[in-house]
Amino acid sequence: MLYNQPSPLEVKVLTRRFGLPDSQSLDTYLATEGFQGFRRALEMKPEEIIGEVMASNLRGRGGAGFPAGMKWSFVPRASSKPKYIVVNGDEGEPGTCKDRLLIENDPHQLIEGMLIAALAVGAAAGYIYIRGEYRRLIEIMDRAIAEAYRKGYLGENILGSGLRFDVYTHSGAGSYECGEESALLESLEGRRGVPRIRPPFPAVAGAFQCPTVLNNVETLCAVPAILRDGGAAFAALGTPKNGGTRLFCLSGHINKPGVYELPMGFNLLRMIDEVGGGVWKGKKLKAVIPGGSSCPILKASECDLAMDFDTVAKARSMLGSGGVVVLDEDTSIVSLATRVMRFYQHESCGWCVPCREGTTWLRKLLERFHAGHGTLADIDLMGDLARNMLGRTFCPLGDAAAMPMISYVEKFRGEFEEYLNRTPGGPLGRVTIDG
Amino acid sequence: MADLVRLTIDGKPVEAPAGTLVIEAARCIGVEIPAFCYYPGLSLQAACRMCLVEVERAPKLLASCTLPVAENMVVRTDTPAVKQARRSMIEFLLTNHPLDCPVCDKGGECELQDMVFRYGAGESRFSEVKQHVEEKRFSPIVFFDAPRCVLCYRCVRICNEGLGVRALGIVNRGVASEIGPNRGDRLECDECGACIDICPVGALTSGIYRYQTRPWEMQHVGTICTFCANGCKTTLGVRNHRIIRGNNRDRSGINGEFLCIKGRYAFDFVHSEERLQTPLLRVNGELQPVSWSRALAAVAEKFTEVKARGGKFGVIGSNHTTNEENYFLQKFARQALGTGNIDHQRTGDVATLLGCTRSLATVADLYSTKAALVVGSDLAQQHPLYAFQLRANWRHHQARVYTVTEGPVREDQYSAGRARVQRGEELAGVERLREQLKAEPELVILFGDAIQGEAVRKLVAFGDSLGIPVKYVCLLDYSNSRGAADMGLTPEPGGGLTLPEMLAAWDLDVLWVVGANPLKNGELAADGAFVVVQDLFLTETARRADVVLPAASAYEKSGTVTSATGEVQALRAALKVMGAKPDLEIFGLIAREMGIDLGVAMPEAVFEEIRQTVRGYNVPLPVIAAGGAAQALAPEAPVAAAGRADLAESARNTLFTSGTLGRYSKALNSVEEAPGGLYR
Ligand SMILES: Cc1cc2nc3c(=O)[nH]c(=O)nc-3n(C[C@H](O)[C@H](O)[C@H](O)COP(=O)(O)O)c2cc1C
Ligand code: SF4
Ligand code: SF4
Ligand code: SF4
Ligand code: FES
Repeated sequence: MLYNQPSPLEVKVLTRRFGLPDSQSLDTYLATEGFQGFRRALEMKPEEIIGEVMASNLRGRGGAGFPAGMKWSFVPRASSKPKYIVVNGDEGEPGTCKDRLLIENDPHQLIEGMLIAALAVGAAAGYIYIRGEYRRLIEIMDRAIAEAYRKGYLGENILGSGLRFDVYTHSGAGSYECGEESALLESLEGRRGVPRIRPPFPAVAGAFQCPTVLNNVETLCAVPAILRDGGAAFAALGTPKNGGTRLFCLSGHINKPGVYELPMGFNLLRMIDEVGGGVWKGKKLKAVIPGGSSCPILKASECDLAMDFDTVAKARSMLGSGGVVVLDEDTSIVSLATRVMRFYQHESCGWCVPCREGTTWLRKLLERFHAGHGTLADIDLMGDLARNMLGRTFCPLGDAAAMPMISYVEKFRGEFEEYLNRTPGGPLGRVTIDG
Repeated sequence: MADLVRLTIDGKPVEAPAGTLVIEAARCIGVEIPAFCYYPGLSLQAACRMCLVEVERAPKLLASCTLPVAENMVVRTDTPAVKQARRSMIEFLLTNHPLDCPVCDKGGECELQDMVFRYGAGESRFSEVKQHVEEKRFSPIVFFDAPRCVLCYRCVRICNEGLGVRALGIVNRGVASEIGPNRGDRLECDECGACIDICPVGALTSGIYRYQTRPWEMQHVGTICTFCANGCKTTLGVRNHRIIRGNNRDRSGINGEFLCIKGRYAFDFVHSEERLQTPLLRVNGELQPVSWSRALAAVAEKFTEVKARGGKFGVIGSNHTTNEENYFLQKFARQALGTGNIDHQRTGDVATLLGCTRSLATVADLYSTKAALVVGSDLAQQHPLYAFQLRANWRHHQARVYTVTEGPVREDQYSAGRARVQRGEELAGVERLREQLKAEPELVILFGDAIQGEAVRKLVAFGDSLGIPVKYVCLLDYSNSRGAADMGLTPEPGGGLTLPEMLAAWDLDVLWVVGANPLKNGELAADGAFVVVQDLFLTETARRADVVLPAASAYEKSGTVTSATGEVQALRAALKVMGAKPDLEIFGLIAREMGIDLGVAMPEAVFEEIRQTVRGYNVPLPVIAAGGAAQALAPEAPVAAAGRADLAESARNTLFTSGTLGRYSKALNSVEEAPGGLYR
C-alpha cells in the first residue's frame, strides 16, 4: 500500500516494486529481477560478497550509519556456534516510517537481503524483529516467508545450492528501547528489553550469545540491488562514503508528507521544497529535525546542506533514521521540547540512573515550564541536566534524549525566555506536536 | 598466573592480572571508586554510573566497573569531570528518593548517605513532585519501600545468582521500575534476607528488625549460629539484652556474608515467653519452681546415692552445647559417675569417617575444589552454606557438582551429573558416576546419614579407587553435632549403652539429659528412673523430668563449637537471660554440690584441657580467640569407632525447621514456606 504520490525526483532502487500489482508476492518479485542478487552471491566467496557490500558504501539505516560491509566482516568466520542474521524492524524512532513500507510492499526483498547476508557470514537462521504495533506487517512477512519456503527460497537446499536457511518473525515488545540492538537481542531471547554490556558486540556474541549480524530492515533491503548491479553502481548513486539511496520520511508542516527514496546527499532545502512541496500553508520554515527525534534540531538557516551522514554530522546533528520533521514558523520549541522529552521519559528502560532520573526530571521540569510556571534558572537547568546525561548513560537512549534537548536550549534560548514572559497559565504557543 | 598488565591510576603505577576490572585495580592501591551496582562476586550491571572515570584518549567517561585493565592505560578518578559526574549522578539519584533518613532503618549505615556525604552536592536543584509508591510487604521477613530503591539490582542478583532461588525481579519500566517478588504480591523463597542485607539503602528492610532501633544503639557481637552444622558466623545486634538482628555484613567468618533465615532471624527463640527461667522440681508429682540451691541439692543427692549403690546411669548430651560442655559432661559421666552409658542424638556417622581417612574438606575447599559430589542430602535445604559455596564455586570457577539423591534438589539447576536413587541405594548411584568422577582432577564428597557404618568405609574406598585427591565432609544436623562426637559423647564399642538402649533399659536409675529431647519420639522404659533435664524449654523430655534446670543458649555463653567440616570456632556471649545458666556452669555446680573435683568448670580452662587431650584439637588459640576458624585435624591414629556407628539419623530439617530451637522461633514459623517443608 502506498500513502503518498511518488516524486519524480526519486531514484527508485529499494522502492522500485512499490505500487506494482501484487507486489508482496514472490511471482511479482521474481518477475522484477528478484533473487538475482542472491543467485550472483551463490557464485561468490563470502569475502567477495562482503567486499561488494563494502564497495557499495552502504551505511546502516537504523540510525548510527555504521558501514554494513565492515559490520559483516567482524563476524568470525570460524565459529563452533551457529550464527544468526537479526533484522531490526522495531522502527521506533519518532518521525520514521520507512521499514514499514519496505515490509508491506516488498517482503521478499528483505528475505533476499537476509539470504545474501547469511551467505556472507555463514549464518544458519534469521529473525525479523518487527515492532509489535505492526501486527499486519508480521502477517505479511509470515505469508512471504511461507511462500519462500514453498518455492524453495528458504529452508533446506535453497535453489539446489545445499544452503540451509530458516527465517522467523518475532513480535516487538512494545518499547522504543527494544530497537536498540542489544536490548532487541534480550527481547528476542524472551527477557526484558534492557541493553547489554558491550563489548562483546553482536558480531561476536549476539543472539543466544552466538555471532550475529544485526541490521536495520532498510539496510538489508539495499543488499539485493548491490549484489545484482554491483557495489560500485550503488555507491555511485550517493556521495563519497555514503552510497546509494535512502528512504527519507518527510513529516511535519509540509505540503506533501510521505516516504521518498532519494540519493544520499540530496539537499535538505530541495527535499522540502521540491519533493515535499514546501512548508504548508505558505508558512516560513523555522527548523528541521533531520533524522528522527533523537537528532539535534537544525535552524532554517542551517538547512542548506547535503543529506548524508558526514555532512549532517558536521552540522552537529545526525542523519539518523531518515525521519525528516519539518517545523513551520509557528512552532513552539517549548512545546516541541516538552513533547519530545515526554517520549524519551516514557521510553527510558530505567536501567541506568542518569537516563531514568534525568528524563523524568526533564519531563517534569518541561511540563511545568510549558504550563507557564517556569523560571529563568529552569532554562539553564534544562541544558545542564541534559549535559549531565550526555555520554554517561548505559546506552545511547540517554544521549538521544539529551542531544536534542541541548540543541533546543542552545539554538532557541530566546524562545524559552520569551515563553516566561507570558502570563502564567495563559494562552500557550500553539502546540503543534501533541499526543 | 594470568599476565600482568601495567597501568596508572591517578598517577600511581599499578600492576594487575589481565582481566582485572579498573574499579578493582583502583581499590588495590587504595583509590576508592564509588559504586552501587558493582558488587564483587555478582554479575556486572553498569547501571548506577557512579564509577565513571577518565581514561586517556577515551572520548567520554567510562564505567570502571566493566572496564578491564589494559597495558599503559592511564586512568584518572580525581579530575573535575569525574567529580562533577559523581555529583550529578547523586543529584539524579536523590530526585525521587524520599530522604526519610530520620526514620529509615538504614540511616547511619546507608551507602547512599555515605555517597552523598562524600561525593554529593550540598543542595538539590530538584523542585518537582517526587515519584511515590506505597511500601509493600513481600513476606513477614521482607518489606520493600520502592522510593528508597536506587535500582542497583544487587538484591535480584544475590537471589538469582547467589542462591539460585530467583525470587526477585524487576517490574515496570523506566522511572516506575520496581523490584518485584516472584508470586506477584508476595515472596516464595528461602526467606534468607540476603537481599535485605545486600541492599545499599533502606529499600529492603526486614520484618524482624524494622523500626526498632538506630544501628549505633546496638552492640554488635560476632558469634556462631546455633542452628545447623555449617558453622556460619552471625553478628548479633543487641540492645538492652535483646537481640534485635543478625547479619554478617563484615563478611568475616567462614560464611562471608552468607546466612540463611536461621542465622539471620531465628535468634528470637532466645526471647521466647516459654523460656525456662527458674529450676523446676517434681514435688508430689508436679513440677514446681524452686531455687537453684534446692534443685541442685536434689540432683547431687540422687547422683551420689545412685553412684554409691552402683546403680545405672544414662547420660544424653547435646548437639548444641559447646565443646567444653560436651567434654566436661562426658568427663563427669565417666570419671565422677563411673558410667560409659553416654550418647547423643547422632545425625551422621562422622566417627567412622574419622576412622578411615584424614582427608577432610573445609568450607573454603567447597569454594575452590574443581569438583564435588553430594550424596544423599538436599543440600540447599539442610546445609545452606555448603550449597551456597558450591554454587559460588560453579559460578566463579565452573566447578562441576554431582548429586546422588532420592529426589530433585536445587543443585540440579547446574549439576554436571546426577543419579536418582532409592534410599539405601546411594552407593550404587555413586558407582554410576564413576567414569565422570575419575576424569576430575580432585573431588570433595559430601555425604549425609544415608551413608553410615560400613557404607562410609565403602565410600572412602570408592574415593581411593578414583586415583585423584578426594576430601570428605560428613554432613551433620546441628551447630555442635561434630563437637559432640569429637568430645566423646558416644559410648565406646561394648563399653556402654547407646541412646536407644538407655531409653529401653527398664532398670535405669538416673537419666541425665542435657540439651536434647529424646522423649519427643522415644519412650522411657524405666518408669522409676530419676530424670534430670537441662534445657531452654519445657520439652517433652523435660515434662517427664524430676528436676529441670534452665539452661542458657549458645548466644548467652562463651566456648567453642565445631562445624561439620571440623572447623572450631568461638562463641561470644551476646546477652544474659535472667535465671538461665550455661550448662558448663551447671555441671560445675552439681560437682561442687556432690563434693567432687573435676577441675575448673570455666570455658577457657576446659578448652585448654581439650587441646591437650582430645586428638586433633590442638588448634592454634590465637586464631580461635580472634574469631577465626581452625580445622580440627583428623587424628593421626584412627579413632575408635563409636558403639553402633549405624545409629545416626538426620532429622532432615528444612530451611525452616531446626529441632527444638526451631519450634520456638516465631520468625521461622511466620513464613508461609514453613509448614509444607517441601518448598525447593
Ligand atoms: C534507543 C535506540 C533505539 C533504536 N531503535 C532502532 C529501531 O527502531 N530500528 C533500527 O533499525 N535501529 C534502531 N536503533 C539502532 C540500533 O541499535 C542498531 O544500531 C541498528 O539496528 C543497526 O542496524 P544498521 O547498522 O543496519 O543501522 C536504535 C538505537 C537506540 C539507541
Ligand atoms: S540510557 Fe539507561 S535507562 Fe536509558 S534506555 Fe539506555 S540503559 Fe535504559
Ligand atoms: S531494593 Fe535495594 S538492593 Fe534491590 S535494587 Fe533496590 S536498592 Fe538495590
Ligand atoms: S546455614 Fe546453618 S549455620 Fe549458617 S545461618 Fe543457616 S542454620 Fe546457621
Ligand atoms: S558501579 Fe559501575 S555503573 Fe554501577
